[in-house]
Amino acid sequence: MESGIFRRNLVIGAVLALIFLLAAIVSFFWTPYDVTQLDIANKLKKPGSQYWFGTDHFGRDIFSMIMVGARTSIAVAIVAVGIGLTVGVPLGLAAAAWRHSLLDELIMRSNDLVFAFPALLIAIMITAVFGPGAVNAIIAIGIFNIPVFARLTRGAALSLWTRDFILAARTAGKNAFRISVEHILPNIVNLLIVQGTIQFSLGILAEAGLSYVGLGAQPPIPSWGRMLAESQTMISFAPHLALFPGFAIVLTVLGLNLFGDGLRDYFDPRLRQQSR
Amino acid sequence: MLRFVLKRLLSLVATLAVASVVIFIAIEVVPGDPASYMLGLNAEPDTVQALRDELGLNASKITRYFQWVGGMVHGDFGTSYTYRTPVSAMIADRIGISLPLALYALLLSTVIAFPAGIIAATRRGSVADVSIMGATQLGVAIPNFWFAMLLVLFFSIQLRWFSAGGFPGWDEGFFAGVKALTLPAVALALPQASILARVMRSSLLDTLGEDFIRTARAKGLTTRQTLWRHALRNALIPVLTIIGLQFSFLLAGAIIIENVFFLPGLGRLIFQAISQRDLIVVESVVMLLVFAVVLVTFLVDVAYAVADPRLRAQR
Amino acid sequence: MSLRKLLLPLLIAAASTTHAAKTDLVLGMQLEPPNLDPTGGAAAAIDEVVYANIFEGLTRFASDGSVQPALAKSWEISDDGLTYTFTLNTGVKFHDGSDFDAQDVKFSLDRARAETSTNAQKQLFAGIENVEVSDAETVVITLAAPNGALLFNLAWGDAIMLSPDSFDKAKTDPVGTGPFTFSKWVQGDRIEIARNPDYWGEAAKLEKATFKFISEPTAAFAALMAGDVDAFPVFPAPENLPQFEADPRFQVVVGSTEGETILSTNNKQPPFDNKLVRQALAHAIDRKAIVDGAMFGYGTPIGTHFAPHHPAYVDLTGNSAYDPEKAKALLKEAGFEEGFTTTLKLPPPSYARRGGEIIAAQLREVGITTEISNLEWAQWLEQVFRGKDYGLTIVSHTEPMDIGIYAKADYYFQYDNPDLQSLMSDLESITDPAMRTQSLQKAQQIISDDYVNGYLFQLAKTGVANADIVGLWENSPTQANDLTAVYWK
Repeated sequence: MESGIFRRNLVIGAVLALIFLLAAIVSFFWTPYDVTQLDIANKLKKPGSQYWFGTDHFGRDIFSMIMVGARTSIAVAIVAVGIGLTVGVPLGLAAAAWRHSLLDELIMRSNDLVFAFPALLIAIMITAVFGPGAVNAIIAIGIFNIPVFARLTRGAALSLWTRDFILAARTAGKNAFRISVEHILPNIVNLLIVQGTIQFSLGILAEAGLSYVGLGAQPPIPSWGRMLAESQTMISFAPHLALFPGFAIVLTVLGLNLFGDGLRDYFDPRLRQQSR
Repeated sequence: MLRFVLKRLLSLVATLAVASVVIFIAIEVVPGDPASYMLGLNAEPDTVQALRDELGLNASKITRYFQWVGGMVHGDFGTSYTYRTPVSAMIADRIGISLPLALYALLLSTVIAFPAGIIAATRRGSVADVSIMGATQLGVAIPNFWFAMLLVLFFSIQLRWFSAGGFPGWDEGFFAGVKALTLPAVALALPQASILARVMRSSLLDTLGEDFIRTARAKGLTTRQTLWRHALRNALIPVLTIIGLQFSFLLAGAIIIENVFFLPGLGRLIFQAISQRDLIVVESVVMLLVFAVVLVTFLVDVAYAVADPRLRAQR
Repeated sequence: MSLRKLLLPLLIAAASTTHAAKTDLVLGMQLEPPNLDPTGGAAAAIDEVVYANIFEGLTRFASDGSVQPALAKSWEISDDGLTYTFTLNTGVKFHDGSDFDAQDVKFSLDRARAETSTNAQKQLFAGIENVEVSDAETVVITLAAPNGALLFNLAWGDAIMLSPDSFDKAKTDPVGTGPFTFSKWVQGDRIEIARNPDYWGEAAKLEKATFKFISEPTAAFAALMAGDVDAFPVFPAPENLPQFEADPRFQVVVGSTEGETILSTNNKQPPFDNKLVRQALAHAIDRKAIVDGAMFGYGTPIGTHFAPHHPAYVDLTGNSAYDPEKAKALLKEAGFEEGFTTTLKLPPPSYARRGGEIIAAQLREVGITTEISNLEWAQWLEQVFRGKDYGLTIVSHTEPMDIGIYAKADYYFQYDNPDLQSLMSDLESITDPAMRTQSLQKAQQIISDDYVNGYLFQLAKTGVANADIVGLWENSPTQANDLTAVYWK
């Protein structure tokens, strides 16, 4: 019965995530209104047939802003996950291949070091040095994805290294590098995809948090977190300004998490069996 | 065992040393000068120089690093550039809010997560399980600052049950303090409780599937007895690890929530200090937070090693 | 809640029958002062707590902006305008019980203008050549050249009087001569002051006042609504004012400030070194949209760098009326038919952030692309103010009577006009009011004609207070919360 739930998770999650992905893509070609156009005479309109989600304090269409904001969120989160994968996975593979060496120790200790820093603080410091902006938000979020993937990769790779087929490859004369690339990596791809989905959703949350405190994408590019920040003083008389971007974040993150959970159960037969 | 602890202790000290260098360098390259920030638009250059001299900012970077680290070892964090009061006193004041807030949030999240996780695990697949898991999915998806905004809108502005923020100080009474921390703690606890409940559930499910539980059942213990006597205790280890990590996260991660509720905690102190370029405060607080995380990790490692000797060998 | 609603009328009835007027006040402020010494920092928040409450100077600003006697009860000016003889009030004591006399005046002024001084407004004392004590109640200040603004300068918070015995405590435990004494500072939260029973002048009506620091506008709104704060003299979110106006519990007081909000332009950075481009900029800006959109209607459009409520103000807004077509034509004439790209660096206040977005949209209409970056104050000071690495920025110049900054060629907008410079240096020695007005008006005209900056609007002081509070300043001639005359109805 549970596998039914999990398959449902996968489907609901995929649908939710796709809606926002689609909104982001469509926003490149079409939005109901131009989000850079201010129309102060039409500010703070309630949701209705003309403006589906109403307008903000500059008279911009909130529906259009959420579409374009999806673009910002998704782009920042994807690149941040990409940084984590491209740097973290090789580090993790190397640490596992030469386990207990100085390299392993160095990699794992630097991981601990990054983990020890409060993430938001690093982001604040990065933007204090380089100024706020989407690129620096990506870097700040990306840095914290590196140790996540490095640890995960190392752990999974370590257990693979003891398996027979790796032993076979070693006796066949393959070196640690080739084994890592040809045998270890393909076997942990599923794991990485699942973790990637989770980090992706965390990245969306982190981007929202950073732009909420003003450290994300700069105006006039809309971002969900900044929309929330700007709506804050108006929440008591124009709650729609805060509700719609908030729902957008919640639904996207929820969708990605459900999708990730569903994927994990799909990939991991052990779990599936156990849940039966 | 002792060797293991010593080894971990050594690595703790090394981590801290490296962290202090990283922090110092990172903060020194931050553009902006505390003296010119304090003196504002009309200040003349020689006035700024005079203030820099007074603050000791004109000393060499290496001297200042060693002064800072040397002071910290003796518990002296230096003097704030902007406030001109000892940093240690400022930090102590702020911890008086951040620490109770973190503990409060942790308490709330545990009180919610334990029963939720246990119910979900023991009635796996039931309506209760599905709805608890659904709720936790929602809980981790809601940005806590947004949740905090909604809490203020509803409980402070509409119902006026709680004040919208601020902290009266513990000398106004224990209850007043706890009341002021309630909404922020709820906002902080929501995602934590969701994560904890999920960990609790899966950890319990794992142990319930293990051999010794089957043995216990075979010995004639009831489900309830098995749960309380055996499964829960064993399931608790990963849960405690998460709680440990959450605690250090809560101590530092409350920055945004402290801003929403204008609580004078550590997070707000850092935010303010960075914008005022009160570098010595930033350095010291970040160092303190890193120390907290490293210490918790160390304690968790040691606890693991005590619980499971195999890990010692592995490390 | 329902219980509360039921009880509320009863409580109000009970309160009105007993009618013991409250004698304490909680005042909200957006920024916390870094310390409490107005002679050692520029933060406006310092003056907002201590000015006229804890510390006093020889002269002071009244709520209408006029300069009044304070610790000096009178003065005489020599015919050549070089010697000022101040007679001090008698019986004035510092909060620690020591007497205030001419020695303290000499000490305070000498300290402010010393070589090693860390006074943020050291230029206020620039013309002073000598401060001499003739007896305990008389001080003679000698100037190098006549200075029509001396009494005005001495009224600033940066010129308050400190005692040599307690000046070094001013940052954390201030000892002044004012009607309130410092009681307590809970850092990050509030400062408390209490009535000074031994005050030399008319005693304050309040027994106790608390300054509570609430940086988030939403939190400020909620705190007022919840009654945690009684008054917010500079309420940071104009969009919330209609809600307060609609609520009988509150009064909304909109007054004037000394804050000229301008689109500062880097006059040395191409293409802004071309006057035609600056003129185009001026005509591309729709002030009404900015005041409506960024300030929700609060603020007076200005056409030059001068406060509209000042008698010498000239309305020059017509000189740069909103006319995008003209702006485009001017850009074409300047050789920028295709437009250009520049930077717009914005400091934290919402007038700048919101105004910046609106201006960016307006400039886009005439073909100018702006890259917005939102900066913290420290970054803004570093990059824009000192580094002059910017094209455009928005900032409110809140110092009173600060048109003199246009005579500083190395000031951050890098405007270098010898005519204006000589006009302003001549002004210093003019003491005749009519002639001063004439010169000031000429200066306004020059900078408006040169389109030095985009002149946007005069910042309004948007105050919200409990309807029963009387005596708060309506206007803000200097950044202060003078609580001397405040009481509850």
